[in-house]
Amino acid sequence: MATDHVSVTIEKQGLQSLIDILAKRGYRVVGPTLRDQAIVYDDIARVDELPAGWTDEQDGGTYRLQRRDDGALFGYTVGPHSWKRFLHPPIQQLWKAARSADAATVEATPAEPERFALFGVRACELHAIAIQDKVFLHGPYVDSHYKARRDNAFIVAVNCGKAGGTCFCVSMNTGPRVSNGYDLALTELVEGGKHRFVVEAGSDKGRDVLAGLPKQPASSGDLDAAKKVTEKTAASMGRSMKADDVRELLARNLEHKRWDEVAERCLSCANCTMVCPTCFCVSVEEASDLAGVESSRSRRWDSCFTMDYSYVHGGSVRSTTRARYRQWMTHKLSTWWDQFGTSGCVGCGRCITWCPVGIDITEEVAAIRSSEPQ
Amino acid sequence: MAAKKPRLAVWKFASCDGCQLSLLDCEDELLAVAGAVDIAYFPEATRGEISGKYDVSLVEGSVTTAHDAERILDVRARSRVVITIGACATAGGIQALKNFADVKEFTAAVYAHPEYIHTLATSTAISAHIKVDFELRGCPINKMQLVEVVSAFVAGRKPVTPAHSVCIECKLKNNVCVMVAHAKPCLGPVTHAGCGALCPSYDRGCYGCFGPMETPNTVSLSRQMAHLGMSRADLKRVYSTFNVNAEEFRKERERHG
Ligand code: SF4
Ligand code: SF4
Ligand code: SF4
Repeated sequence: MATDHVSVTIEKQGLQSLIDILAKRGYRVVGPTLRDQAIVYDDIARVDELPAGWTDEQDGGTYRLQRRDDGALFGYTVGPHSWKRFLHPPIQQLWKAARSADAATVEATPAEPERFALFGVRACELHAIAIQDKVFLHGPYVDSHYKARRDNAFIVAVNCGKAGGTCFCVSMNTGPRVSNGYDLALTELVEGGKHRFVVEAGSDKGRDVLAGLPKQPASSGDLDAAKKVTEKTAASMGRSMKADDVRELLARNLEHKRWDEVAERCLSCANCTMVCPTCFCVSVEEASDLAGVESSRSRRWDSCFTMDYSYVHGGSVRSTTRARYRQWMTHKLSTWWDQFGTSGCVGCGRCITWCPVGIDITEEVAAIRSSEPQ
Repeated sequence: MAAKKPRLAVWKFASCDGCQLSLLDCEDELLAVAGAVDIAYFPEATRGEISGKYDVSLVEGSVTTAHDAERILDVRARSRVVITIGACATAGGIQALKNFADVKEFTAAVYAHPEYIHTLATSTAISAHIKVDFELRGCPINKMQLVEVVSAFVAGRKPVTPAHSVCIECKLKNNVCVMVAHAKPCLGPVTHAGCGALCPSYDRGCYGCFGPMETPNTVSLSRQMAHLGMSRADLKRVYSTFNVNAEEFRKERERHG
C-alpha cells in the first residue's frame, strides 16, 4: 500500500490543517496530550496541545516525564492509555428492560455512531488494534459496538522516533515502523533547525484527506531520513524477548517453580490487563432500580486477575495468584496462538511500566528459558 | 402491594454515624428507597420503637461494650437478613486501635472517673458475634453502593460490589497511576474496590478505607512502598487506620513492629 503513491512532507502547520480537516469531517480527534505528569490520549483541537519537547522515561513500575532539547511533537513512546479505551470502552451498556403492569420490554442499546480520529497511533498499537479486530470482528459473532466504532475510525499513525525503556516491538515483530492498518502515517523529522513530517497514505480515506493538506513532495533525502528514524529506534529497544518459540516454551513449563516466585511479587491488582492494548475481557453486570421497574445490563473491563473472573458454582477455578499470573502470561504468549492464530502480546511494554511492583514479562520468559538446558 | 413492603431497620453500634448518614445523603434516591421498603426503625431519621421482626437490618458500628455484645444478639434474632455497613461494622473501625493498647491506661488518661467506664478491651466486627449475611465495606460506605445493596435485596439478586483491587476502578476511570508516575505510595493494589478510586483521582495514594481486597499481597506492596521511601514506622501507620483489625491489614501492621 505504502509504496503505490508518492510520499509528501508537511510542516507543523500542516498538522494543524490535518486536525482541522478531520474535525470538519465529523471526527472526534483524540491524541497524545499532557495530563497528571503523563502523556495520555484525549481530545485535541490544536497542534500545541501535543506534548512538544517532552519525552518519557520508563522502567518496571516507573514512568517519568522529561524535557527534550528539541521541540519534537512525538518524541516519547506509549503512555498509560491505549486506544482500546475508545474502540472498546471500559463500560458499555448492552440492553435495558422495563416492566409495566402487563408486559416487559427489552431494548438493545444501539451502537454509538461516534467517529474517532486516532491521532498518533504507534506500530505496536496498530498491531494491537488488529488483534482486537480478530477477537471482536472475525470470529463467529461480530461485536456490533466495536464494529461501529472501528468502521468509523480514521487512523493517523506515527513511526516511532524513540524507543521506550520497556519497549520490545522488534522482538514481537510489530514495529517500530508501521506496515499497514493506517489511513495516514507520519514520520517526524527534527534536524538542522528544520521540523517536518513525512506523510504516507495507507488507504483511500487517507489519500482523500491528504489531498486537502498544504504539502511538498518528499525528496529521496527525506525518505532516507525517515527510514533512518525507525532504524535508530529499532536499534535501541529497552527490552527484548526471544519470541520465536515462546509458545512452546511456556506450554511445556506449566509447573515451573518460577510461577511460585512471581506469585510472591504479583499483587493480582490487574493493572497489567487494564493497560494492555490487546486484553479484551469483560464482566457483565445487571442493574435494577428500587421500584423494580427498570433494569439494564452492562459490560465492563474485567481481568483474569480477579477471583470473580474464574468463579463457577462453588468457587474460583484460579484461586491462587500463581494460577492467575500463569493464565495471563501463557494466554498472552502461548494459548492466544491456539485461540486466535497470533500472539496476544505486541511488545508495547505497558504491563511492565504500569505494574506497581515492576513485574516484567520479558524477564519472566527469560527466567523460564534459562532454566532449560540450552 | 404496600403492605408487603419489606421492613427495614437501621441499627447503630460504636461508630461515628457517617455510614447511616450516607442513607440520608441519598437525596435523589431516598424517596425511591422509602417507596421500596418500609423504614420501620431508624433512630437517626425518625422516631420509632423497636418492635417485632425486620426483613432486613442494616448494622453500623462495632462491638465495644458488653451491653452491645448482648444487643447484637437481639438484632440477629429480630432480623431475617443482617447487612453490616462500614469499616466499624465489618472490621472493628478505627477504634480497634485499642485492641493493640492498654485500655485501662486510655480511660484513666481521658476520663475524670474511669471507674464509670464499662468498655471491652477490644473493638470487634459484627461478624465476630453473629452470622452476617452481607458486608458492605468502606469508611464511610459509598452511598451508591448502599442503594445498590438495598436494590439487590428488594429484587432478590446478588449486589454488584466487586471485591477486586481499587486499581481496576482507577483504570476504568482513566486515572494516571500515582504510584508509577508520581512515586506516591498507594494502598490501591491491596484494597477492596468500592470508592471509585477517590483518592488517586485527586492525585493522592489510596488510604485503604475499604479494607483488604479479595487476595491482598501486602508483603509485596510494602516492599515497593519501602522502595519509594517509606520507613518501617510509616508502613506500620498506613495499615493502622479504619481497617486495622481486618486480618490481612492487622498481620501486615504487625510485621512492621
Ligand atoms: S503483574 Fe503487576 S500489574 Fe499485573 S496483577 Fe501482578 S502486580 Fe498487578
Ligand atoms: S502483554 Fe504487556 S507488552 Fe504485551 S501487549 Fe500487553 S501490555 Fe503490551
Ligand atoms: S494510583 Fe493506586 S489505585 Fe490507582 S492504579 Fe495506581 S496503585 Fe492502583
